[in-house]
Amino acid sequence: MKGFFDEMLNGEAVGENASMRAPYADYGHWFNSENPDRILKKAAQAEAFFRKTGITFNVYGAEAADERLIPFDVVPRIISAGEWRKLSRGIEQRVRALNAFIYDIYHRQEILRAGRVPVELIANNEAFLPQMVGVNPPGGVYTHIVGTDIVRTGADDFFVLEDNARTPSGVSYMLENRETMLHMFPELFSQIQVRQVSSYPTNLSRSLCASAPPACKGKPVVAVLTPGIHNSAYFEHSFLADQMGAELVEGHDLRVVDGRIAMRTTRGYKAIDVLYRRVDDDYLDPLNFKPESMLGVPGIFDVYRAGGITIANAPGTGIADDKALYSYMPEIIEFYTGEKPLLNNVPTWRCSEPDQLQYVLDNLAELVVKEVHGSGGYGMLVGPAASKKEIKAFREKLKARPANYIAQPTLALSTVPVFTKKGLAPRHVDLRPFVLMSPDRIDITPGGLTRVAMTQGSLVVNSSQGGGTKDTWVLEE
Amino acid sequence: MLGKTAGGLFWMFRYLERSENCARLLEAGFRIALTRSATASAEWKSILATSGSLASYDMRHDSYDSDKVINFLLRDKANPASVICNVKAARDNARLVRTALTREVWEATNEAWITLQALLERPVRESELPDVLSLIRQQKAVVRGAMAGTMLRNDGYNFARIGMFLERADNTARILDVKYYLLLPSFAQIGSSLDHVQWETILRSVSAQRAYRWLNGAEINPMNVAQLLVLHPQMPRSLAFCSHKIMNNLQYLTREYGTENPSYHMARKHYEKLNDSSIENIFELGLHEFVEDFLINNGALASQIDSDYRFQG
Repeated sequence: MKGFFDEMLNGEAVGENASMRAPYADYGHWFNSENPDRILKKAAQAEAFFRKTGITFNVYGAEAADERLIPFDVVPRIISAGEWRKLSRGIEQRVRALNAFIYDIYHRQEILRAGRVPVELIANNEAFLPQMVGVNPPGGVYTHIVGTDIVRTGADDFFVLEDNARTPSGVSYMLENRETMLHMFPELFSQIQVRQVSSYPTNLSRSLCASAPPACKGKPVVAVLTPGIHNSAYFEHSFLADQMGAELVEGHDLRVVDGRIAMRTTRGYKAIDVLYRRVDDDYLDPLNFKPESMLGVPGIFDVYRAGGITIANAPGTGIADDKALYSYMPEIIEFYTGEKPLLNNVPTWRCSEPDQLQYVLDNLAELVVKEVHGSGGYGMLVGPAASKKEIKAFREKLKARPANYIAQPTLALSTVPVFTKKGLAPRHVDLRPFVLMSPDRIDITPGGLTRVAMTQGSLVVNSSQGGGTKDTWVLEE
Repeated sequence: MLGKTAGGLFWMFRYLERSENCARLLEAGFRIALTRSATASAEWKSILATSGSLASYDMRHDSYDSDKVINFLLRDKANPASVICNVKAARDNARLVRTALTREVWEATNEAWITLQALLERPVRESELPDVLSLIRQQKAVVRGAMAGTMLRNDGYNFARIGMFLERADNTARILDVKYYLLLPSFAQIGSSLDHVQWETILRSVSAQRAYRWLNGAEINPMNVAQLLVLHPQMPRSLAFCSHKIMNNLQYLTREYGTENPSYHMARKHYEKLNDSSIENIFELGLHEFVEDFLINNGALASQIDSDYRFQG
């Protein structure tokens, strides 16, 4: 596609004459010597493999029993060692700043006193949890697991699109995509030195255990809290519990026993030290938050406050991945690390501010407008792809609740080819690396999840909107 | 292990066993339908009764045609006793307890569901039935093989086995409950070919024709059939065999956990009663009463296990 940076191919040529960008040199050599029919056959096998393994997700709004596959593309997304070094340093800086910011916001609020972030942004924010004020999470960690969404527009141009600090999902696809590639094309991995990702579950378990609460005696007991088998990410919840050797629990398996959170086992109640929850803050504790929630555990927040359990991520971290706050990330990074941000933010208009709102209203057809609290690609407007009618309808929503939205330019997202029946075809991609934070260290798995828009020209990569995934390779130094 | 997980394993294997038993009943019924069309509809009716779905069938159909019964029992999603509903329920439970299953067991279960769902999407014609039934059997065999070959022999394995044997005992008892009168001395007109076919059908519905011949030769007599189904210690679908297994599995759990629960005592009493009986005194006291008693005890044992091991809270 003209005007977009392709990560694999230089220029327009496709086929045997195409020149490959350096990270793809070895892969390109292999690819050009392969029979396309064989690759096509392997791609079909991959789909059968995913279905057999049950790597599916449920779509909200669709029939409850409807489990879908996320399309998988066999052409890997390849990142050079040098590119990754730069990215991972920038991500680490960002995650440290996020954690420091959350601590500050729930304690002395220095950044507000210094006037670097407006007070209203916190005071009027639904993601701010007053119950967390003054609470010290075990080991000082709020953001145990972060998914930092990154997009690329040129050889050296990377931008952070979003910080997912609540319950980022997708890591199971990162792991299964690699397993699938190893299974289908083992020869590739003996020819090309790709950094492994398979230690993620071990690192996750180690990282969670390192954040055990004061009440923990001996080896920490870890459990994964899922809303249940109908949740869209249930596969991932069970996958991670399985890989960590942790129990997969639902709210009704848990209750408060002697000041601890305990799970109902065949031999009675057993205390849990660390709960990796995949349930939102609001649903965590019907006594302290949404009273009608059936997914949580009554009283868990009181146990948490008393040091009886670690909740990962900590309640109230949502304040950090709020899209209105996103535009202040450069200031936040500088404030807490004393350094310039290593990774760029995407320029962002805050619709809460009248002059910025006016600009957005005047340029809706060129912009991407997102809900401040939205996720998963729901409720957003992609100006260039929207019809006049859609823009008109969106304009009314925007005018009615401007503070609910931010806008960004439509980025010229880089492309990576996907394999189709007619050969390679460029498709837009983004990247979600996964970061683990414990009191003593930060681990970033090399690569992450590459999401790819499966239709030509589309910029929306979300799986809930038909996007697919690719295996992501970071090359050894 | 979570109580919920133990319950999930227990039910996963109950449903798998139930789907297989349903297929077995269909196979026996189909054989009658092919060879003796005059008694076919009575046979289908008794099969529906055994599977516990006669009432719901009668609400929707007014005759016991082979086609209708076959599709009702194989693939009717509105019939909770159908093969497809049981396989789905087994797979739902497997999904719930995925962290307690090996990858092989999960994949075999998932694949059974995917295969059968595709196979049973369209109505099954009589001519296709043997192939369909053999595929169901195969899929189930793969699950069981994966289970035997890869699962740790821990508490989870025991809960799965208990579920399977409870269901199996229940199924054999239901067959006897519906057909007991065929085995009574008062009913038999020795040498009638009709009886012979009926007895053979009973054996077929528990896959025991060959086992019977190994033990008793070619001549079928009702007392021996009853002995095989109720008391024979080597017959894997007999009430005594299943009771023995349930007791053993509960004993393993007792040892592993170091606590004796009421369910273990119940299972032991249950088994010892069977072990002390002879087929003669069962007939003397009444086969039907005996079977009804067994069904009640079996159900009570299942709920005691549910509460002892906190399946639901």
